[in-house]
Amino acid sequence: MNIVVCLKQVPDTNEVKIDPKKGTLIREGVPSIINPDDKNALEEALVIKEKEGGKVTVISMGPPQAEVALREALAMGADDAILITDRAFAGADTCATGYALSGALKKLDYDIIFAGRQAIDGDTAQVGPEIAEFLHIPQVTYVEEVEVKDKNTLKVKKALEDGYETVTVKTPVLLTAIKELNKPRYMHMKNIFKIFKQDIKVWHADDIDVDKSLLGLSGSPTRVRRTATKEARGKGEIVNKPYKEAVTYALSKLKEKHLI
Amino acid sequence: MNIADYKGVWVFAEQRDGELQKVALELLGKGKDLAGKLGVELTAVLLGSDMDNAAKELVAYGADKVIYADSPLLRHYTTDAYAKVICELINDRKPEVFLIGATYIGRDLGPRIAARLRTGLTADCTGLDVDMESKNLLMTRPAFGGNLMATIECADHRPQMSTVRPGVFEKLGKDDSRTADIDKFKADVSSSDVKIKIDQVIKVAKNVMDIGEADVIVSGGRGLGSQEGFKVLKELADLLGGTIAGSRATVDNGWIDKAYQVGQTGKTVRPKMYIACGISGAIQHLAGMQDSDFIVAINKDESAAIMKVADLALVGDYRKIVPEMVSQIKAMK
Repeated sequence: MNIVVCLKQVPDTNEVKIDPKKGTLIREGVPSIINPDDKNALEEALVIKEKEGGKVTVISMGPPQAEVALREALAMGADDAILITDRAFAGADTCATGYALSGALKKLDYDIIFAGRQAIDGDTAQVGPEIAEFLHIPQVTYVEEVEVKDKNTLKVKKALEDGYETVTVKTPVLLTAIKELNKPRYMHMKNIFKIFKQDIKVWHADDIDVDKSLLGLSGSPTRVRRTATKEARGKGEIVNKPYKEAVTYALSKLKEKHLI
Repeated sequence: MNIADYKGVWVFAEQRDGELQKVALELLGKGKDLAGKLGVELTAVLLGSDMDNAAKELVAYGADKVIYADSPLLRHYTTDAYAKVICELINDRKPEVFLIGATYIGRDLGPRIAARLRTGLTADCTGLDVDMESKNLLMTRPAFGGNLMATIECADHRPQMSTVRPGVFEKLGKDDSRTADIDKFKADVSSSDVKIKIDQVIKVAKNVMDIGEADVIVSGGRGLGSQEGFKVLKELADLLGGTIAGSRATVDNGWIDKAYQVGQTGKTVRPKMYIACGISGAIQHLAGMQDSDFIVAINKDESAAIMKVADLALVGDYRKIVPEMVSQIKAMK
């Protein structure tokens, strides 16, 4: 089984803070990590490879520093890493991103494409299914269990709001992983030395199978018109008294409003 | 693409096991407002089998028209069959706006359709409006884990697509006297179109209250310190006839089930009263609860963001304040 895992390097959004005066994001000092759901995808790919043989390739589209995420994936046990980077990709929305990644994937040999359900900096969950559509292959999203039945058949369990369904699907297929799928391994010490010697392939827009007019900002159907920090609600009342008094006061207010 | 050829607002009427999902009715509520601003019809798109009653229900909840694609192969959702039928309908009838619920099904289907039509799709919108000058849809969603709100436009492609989380918009009142054209037809879909075979669908009866339906929510955050904190909160919630809920941190820590999560990646709630205990108020959390009618925040830190959105902000330790609330409320009764 040859598996390609799509990884995204993301800022750890738990660490993103807002400048209260300017209302802008403070990005300095925010660590970059492999997107959590993508790590679950990589872990599952490695588990399948260990059982079934084959090769695990990780690809990431992003700026040159996304190489760090790919090296971490190699240290976890991936065999090969490809960085897709080009100024032509800048400003891509999910549609143009999915299209560019599909152009790179067309160059690769895969039975399974594995991606995380969604990235924590965008939370859209759109790029996975969009890749599958551009490649004309089936998709199973919200995957929480994968069983390889034979060389080209998978049995997959996918989560639903109130339960799950099990489906049978032929490869090639794109799967998107959720946290419940597994617990990702740590980097392996012996790999950590190896990966600094290993080359990461770098592909530019000319190296992938795409119509270049459909890349980046100009190839994106959506545009960000404006961004804003949330407007605050009307000013409330701060109650800073000893707790018994505070509660008595608060309950009298709630009673006034017929809330209790 | 001639933008002017595209007219009308469409809403995906998601059904599961033959039952319309609440979000479909909420989308009709918002869709009505958008269609009014654009001066166009509001159409519900229903896929399924034996769904005639549901089609009528969509009319009662505000649809000016229902397109009902009927086939046994559409009884249960599959990406392939649904995407095929809907894309053919869109290419044929050309709506300018298409709204989908951001459910597990909607988030599987939406991007597949958008990529096939090569149009824009904006995920998890919390606000939708019309730019009266350009008549474009303005789609607002939280970005960067909810730290920022972004307004997105899809000016040169149609339809303008967006997914919307359940609970964000309100459905209209039901009016059974409304009438509208129900366009039922046999969908052109065959089993060879469906590449995935569904073996089993299992419902896990989670014994949890739908927090989206609760009038009172007592919610806890990282500041609870441990799972035990929810016991304290539950006593107050029970007394007020409400439910407990938690922030993303409490779910990630395993203190409470994901079904109780409020926020951008959890549920959006709008109860009569929301009592936030030990919650700092990351925007990703606020996005899920700030439309509550009345917000009480209990936090040791007076400068926490939650204290600024609260109608009543109590500075102090929830471990003291919440039990005191319980005993004083009991004494009142």
